[in-house]
Amino acid sequence: MSQDLRAVLRDMLLIRRFEEKLDDLFSSGVIKGTSHLYAGQEAVATGVCAILRPDDMMTSTHRGHGHFLAKGGSPSALMAELWGKATGPSKGRGGSQHVADYSIGFLGSNGITAGGLPIATGAALAAKMKQTGQVVVAFFGEGGANQGTFHEAINMAAVWKLPVLFVCENNQYAMSTRYDEIFATPTIAARAAGYGIAGEVVDGTDFFSVCEAIERGATRARNGEGPSLIEMLVYRYYGHSKSDKCEYRTREEEAEWRAKDCIGKLQTHMGLSNEEYRTILEDVDAEVEAAVEFARESSEPEIEDLESALYA
Amino acid sequence: MPELYYSHAIREAMAEEMRRDPRVFLLGEDIAGYGGAFKVTQGLAEEFGTERVRNTPISENTIVGVGVGAAVCGMRPIVDIMFQDFIALAMDQLVNHAAKFYYMYGNQAPVPLVVRTPAGGGRNYGPTHSQSLEAWLIHVPGLKVVAPAFAADAKGLLKSAIRDDNPVVFVESKLLYGVRGEIPEGDYTIPLGEAKVVREGDAVTLIAYSRMTIESLKAAQILSSRGIEAEVVDLRTLSPLDIDTVAASVEKTGRAIVVCEDCLTGGISAEVMSRVVEECFDFLQAPVKRVAALDTPLPCSDVLERAALPDANKIVAAVEASFAAYP
Repeated sequence: MSQDLRAVLRDMLLIRRFEEKLDDLFSSGVIKGTSHLYAGQEAVATGVCAILRPDDMMTSTHRGHGHFLAKGGSPSALMAELWGKATGPSKGRGGSQHVADYSIGFLGSNGITAGGLPIATGAALAAKMKQTGQVVVAFFGEGGANQGTFHEAINMAAVWKLPVLFVCENNQYAMSTRYDEIFATPTIAARAAGYGIAGEVVDGTDFFSVCEAIERGATRARNGEGPSLIEMLVYRYYGHSKSDKCEYRTREEEAEWRAKDCIGKLQTHMGLSNEEYRTILEDVDAEVEAAVEFARESSEPEIEDLESALYA
Repeated sequence: MPELYYSHAIREAMAEEMRRDPRVFLLGEDIAGYGGAFKVTQGLAEEFGTERVRNTPISENTIVGVGVGAAVCGMRPIVDIMFQDFIALAMDQLVNHAAKFYYMYGNQAPVPLVVRTPAGGGRNYGPTHSQSLEAWLIHVPGLKVVAPAFAADAKGLLKSAIRDDNPVVFVESKLLYGVRGEIPEGDYTIPLGEAKVVREGDAVTLIAYSRMTIESLKAAQILSSRGIEAEVVDLRTLSPLDIDTVAASVEKTGRAIVVCEDCLTGGISAEVMSRVVEECFDFLQAPVKRVAALDTPLPCSDVLERAALPDANKIVAAVEASFAAYP
């Protein structure tokens, strides 16, 4: 397990350093467009993927870089996509919010809030009809839990007992709007009762708690017991998107969450020396640097494909 | 050739494709035991079971989204949206998901999805059960839009739509469900994207689709008795639009009237007219005219609904006005 945990810590650090690098690249205008950074929520993506089988699938959100990397997506390919290059998985047409890699079961980040929930439900229906034994994770934020698709998709998956894990990453703010401004109940997971499915609230800063909850949900799903609603309490370290200065939250609150940082927690749990930690970090930084170089050197997309790529 | 109702031709297309390809399945509200609001899917659950003819909750957006999710995972779903008006509820999954996944995710997985939906007025169903909203759909790159007028075309085009690797919205006509037509024997398909000249004439081209093709043919009969031979082009597919067949006819007749059941402003007729003007300007002997629904919600009252919708007499009047102004 200690070797496995080292790999988990490395995955978390890869996401963290990738996002920190991106913040630089976007702020300095090297990369155009916008992005929504995952830093702070790494225990969720890595915990979910530690439990999933490689052929299991997931749908992601606008804040999807961490999901992609945890599922085994290539940092170089992701960086190239963000850079709008032809070597990105979406060939530069998607950018930050529209990355997919079907070869690893990553069915796509998604610019429409809670747009992925019906897609995940459909993927789970296909898995059930084809009897593949796959489960599907539908990530969404607490903001997405107020979309109609939340209700429609969870109800449909519950009625048909589909193998879906509805994983809500409650990072406390829907853009600038605080949880208690848009929810009348203390938890989102409590809604599970309304669909006749299992629901639980999990400390999303703790890798092991995430793993345990996902294990329970995946077991139910594979046993034909239907979907689960799992609410992960987390905090995003950066603003909602590139231009957000986080004036709606306090520096004290940020510090409180930073004190519970998922990477620090895991490092402490592992009893890792600073030297060992630095070795992993240097390795990760080299990989991020290589991704940046790959993206920088990659070709621009072909304008000839602009229209011809529309239809299959 | 055997005759089938338009609705039965659609059912037969689905049944044949479901027998041929185990990946094809149906999703929709009340489609299994009840057979669909217009009985189009009647009997299919008995043959294929309720796993493949799957009743859904009333959740149009998610029904379409589930279809998209299943499609990218290798299935070939046919989604039933009970009235085209309800497509408004499903526009996010159609526009932002079905239409874009193949393109925006770098051509990794096609989206072989068919969305069947009945459109149009004439049954006094009122403003939210009578609309023709095809123009919304042709405005979305990545969607194909089909709207047949005849039973034979409905069957052949639906089979092509099911076999197509792209999302196709298949627009059916409520008023045509009960109309019989001759059907070729055996397994046949009709390619998407091909219009058809369904009546030859030399004086004017009437360009229409779905039920307005039938009204245009009626108008052509009346015009013929008055010495005007109209050619009728049935578009059959609205996106991609077969402008070549339209242009060939207009170049021959020198006069074009576009007939569409949807409302005038920003409607299908607007797009067709633009294309005709772009392609055929030098051949036109008169301005292109449009016969379309009024820019109002479609009222329930029979008197009001008839006044709002185009029909054969309004087409005849438009043709005669064109000849009066530009002999």
